[in-house]
Amino acid sequence: MNQDIYTVVEHLQGQVSDISYSMLSAARALANFTGGNVIAVLLGHNVEGLTRNLAADHVLYIDDPKLAEFTTDAYLKALAQLIGEKQPRAVLFGNTSIGADLASVLSVRLALPLTYSCQSISENGQLTSQICGGKIMAETPLSDLTTLITIIPGGYKPEEGQTTVSPPVTRLESPSLDDLRVWLKQYFEPEAGDVDISKEPILISVGRGISNEDNIELAEELAEALGGVVCASRPVVDLGWLPTSRMVGKSGQKVKPKLYLTMGISGAPEHVEGIADSEMIIAINSDPTAPIFDFAKYGVEIDLFDLVDVLIEKVEEAKG
Amino acid sequence: MNITAILKLVPDLVEELEIDDKGTGLDMDWLRLIINEFDDHAVEEAILLKERSEAEVTVIAPDAEGVDDVLYTAAAKGAEKLIKLTGDFEDGVNNHALARAVAHVLQNIQTDLILTGVQAHNDLDGSLGPLLAEYLHIPYAGYVSSVELNNGNAVIKKEYPGGLIGEYEVQLQAVLGIQAAEEPPRYVAVSKVRMAMKSATIEELEVGELDLSGGPEISRMFQPEVAERATMISGDDEEIASQLVEIFKEIGVL
Amino acid sequence: MAVKQAEHAVDFSRTFYTSLFDVQDGERFKNCIQCASCSGVCPYGYLMTMPPGKMIAYLRAEIFDKVLSNDTVWMCISCYACTEICPQNIPVTPGLMTRAKEELLLAGNVPNELQDALMNSQRYGNPLGESPRKRALWSKGLEPEITIMSKEKRPVDVLWFVGDYASYHPRIQITTKAFAEILNAVGIDFGILGPEENSDGDSQRLAGERGLFEMLAEKNGQSFSKYQFNQIVTTDPHAYNAIKNEYPALGISYPVQHYTQFIYERLDDLKPLLKGNGHTRVTYHDPCYLGRVNDIYEEPRKLLQAIPGVELTEMAHNRSTSLCCGGGGGGMWLDGFQWEKAHTRTTEWRVRESLSVGADVLAVACPYEAPRFEDAAKTIQGASSLAVKDVVELLLEAMEDDAY
Repeated sequence: MNQDIYTVVEHLQGQVSDISYSMLSAARALANFTGGNVIAVLLGHNVEGLTRNLAADHVLYIDDPKLAEFTTDAYLKALAQLIGEKQPRAVLFGNTSIGADLASVLSVRLALPLTYSCQSISENGQLTSQICGGKIMAETPLSDLTTLITIIPGGYKPEEGQTTVSPPVTRLESPSLDDLRVWLKQYFEPEAGDVDISKEPILISVGRGISNEDNIELAEELAEALGGVVCASRPVVDLGWLPTSRMVGKSGQKVKPKLYLTMGISGAPEHVEGIADSEMIIAINSDPTAPIFDFAKYGVEIDLFDLVDVLIEKVEEAKG
Repeated sequence: MNITAILKLVPDLVEELEIDDKGTGLDMDWLRLIINEFDDHAVEEAILLKERSEAEVTVIAPDAEGVDDVLYTAAAKGAEKLIKLTGDFEDGVNNHALARAVAHVLQNIQTDLILTGVQAHNDLDGSLGPLLAEYLHIPYAGYVSSVELNNGNAVIKKEYPGGLIGEYEVQLQAVLGIQAAEEPPRYVAVSKVRMAMKSATIEELEVGELDLSGGPEISRMFQPEVAERATMISGDDEEIASQLVEIFKEIGVL
Repeated sequence: MAVKQAEHAVDFSRTFYTSLFDVQDGERFKNCIQCASCSGVCPYGYLMTMPPGKMIAYLRAEIFDKVLSNDTVWMCISCYACTEICPQNIPVTPGLMTRAKEELLLAGNVPNELQDALMNSQRYGNPLGESPRKRALWSKGLEPEITIMSKEKRPVDVLWFVGDYASYHPRIQITTKAFAEILNAVGIDFGILGPEENSDGDSQRLAGERGLFEMLAEKNGQSFSKYQFNQIVTTDPHAYNAIKNEYPALGISYPVQHYTQFIYERLDDLKPLLKGNGHTRVTYHDPCYLGRVNDIYEEPRKLLQAIPGVELTEMAHNRSTSLCCGGGGGGMWLDGFQWEKAHTRTTEWRVRESLSVGADVLAVACPYEAPRFEDAAKTIQGASSLAVKDVVELLLEAMEDDAY
């Protein structure tokens, strides 16, 4: 076994996801402990260009037409062979619909230990995982065998895992990818023609606490006054009050705005996962026990209907 | 056609969680257990598939306080067969051990499609679904939000971040990790569950000694510091609004 | 195929119609003269595809199965206005509306918000989804300490059944604490069940969950039987209604009073303590389950009139014609749903009425009401000066030198 830390890069539709960069930062922290290198693993077809900004010491790139799009079976075959052959100290996956699908299966296929939902890695190589909706932290050490780890957002910033100096890339042969049992038919894009909230610096986010659809107007007015955009937690989107493109959270978008102002959002873990990279979170909620107050920098315990009109007024005043 | 839904009970986060004396696990005495929300969706998806295609639904759960009620509720929704796994489950069990036990039981059950929640909030060594799939050497796909049966295969929609959906075909037998059922889990009247308690039976299967290897070696379990809590802004509407505007100016938004 | 469906539909209609006769006074459904007074007086009748009168017509035409695919029955807030006005004295609310909701529930036609409240009631013994262990947390730190029966295990004179919202909702905890002070002021030896208390279950029953109601009632019955007390007093008209009128049929029978009756009997002890705080124009809203359903109209008014400086004025709708706040029959858990359909709330109507009689204070006596009326007051022009207070709060204020 070598002391290298591998990270499995995630990419969709030509873009490397933020979690991949966060993972590289986490991998660096772990590599500092083990004394090994950070190796990014990229699977795909004709995507060598995606390695450009990966802050890794080296990239192992497995190219095959059957790896062009993510499918569990194909990726598993390629990774199982790679990990089994190279035996790195640890392999990092995103805790996502790509990484989480892979990590558990590989744990059984290769009989390797798995630590899930890891948020941070300490100087002495302890993995700290966040479970039970963020209420409990569990520390596990690196095992003697290759340790598989899934990483959640929030512990490491994507910027920390990016570089302007492209890493060296070694192209590897894929193992045979026959007898695949899962195959992609098509993608369905989210409703297009709308804002990309993951790029917006000012977000006003509404949750179930706004009570009904008509009140979204209030949020829109505030957003307009601040030059921002309205987004929402899953329940609001499920009710059809806003389109899926505005959904923030584990199944929606991950956002990293300068200001994330929440109205009527309780702060369920699935939502909080999407805002972990926000610079400043301010929460407005009439329920003082709402978990969102554990993640916000500032909180206002008030019925938002009492506040919003006055706030819009003052914002307009300040703009002069 | 037979569809099996695997469910487990997890700590209810409404109650306060306490760490045990050893400092490496949750104090089980104070826990209230409820069905894993995603497993609830898996059961709902199984019932929806049954309603569309005349399949039979089997529900399997490891023994835990309150599990009988959960199983009878599944029966009231339409599940034909209820199986409770008995064994050393009292102090909770890691997912590797549970997956092995379920895999063993499933070898003697004729089933085409296995549904389970894509994850549970107390997962520390991976999720039950994919572990189970690999012990059974069958394919897995997770984060599934819709399932259709088509000629011996399952056609699924898988959720990616940003609202992107991928449609896949999966060869059966397979395990699917359900993120959300196509309809929210239906409500069952208490009277219906009580009727199910009289008419349905729960089959108990002893699983023997549990193999815990592969599970996490927790060196320490603790609650995060509450010091991270937000600084609360107080006053009347005017005062609060003014303070917020100051903060907006500070961070350069205004 | 079509014939088979029709046959089944007819069966369903007939079975349902016949089941109505099992309800108390249910035979009267046969006497309906289709005057449509029920549909007319119903606050949301104009929005229902099948208001009560029409439901009876559908039953007679044996096409009642149509009700299962319709969700406007959930606009019913079980306010009893229909039952009150019916010239044939048909028990429309408990008989027809509740039964219709039961069928909808069995068929799985339930709005999500309501599902959550029912699920929470099952799991935690309260519709708010709060931990049962925290049910008496409101009493922490009060002097003198509130007696929790399981801790002190001694007989008390009065068992105070607190209720869900009174225990957990921050706005109503104010009323709850005020009542504790009043009980102490008149020297009552009382205790509460705390975590052993479950939801009274009445609103859940009226929302169609008979099984859940029985389960909750059984649990409360078990808690009651553990302790010794002379009577139950409650600040919640829904709990009062359940314990007085519904629990005895389940073998749970205790003397019970609403707090307005209880305090009224002890008014001579309380009156010397009431100082008053200047002149206030107060109008009293009759809660549905205190007034229309249980005929308690005068005691709350007498309590208000005992406060020096209070000028009591009546709204156009008062006593048996009082306008429901919309919280009953599951309405408390159907706000989003009902708003989507109506885009107006019954509370707004009531707040306007309060303003039209020049009231400074809208007095209430049911835990659902204060937050609902306060929310409405926020959205109505000129209502920012209207205070909404429970009678208990007004009594306590009158005992203190400065405003509460």
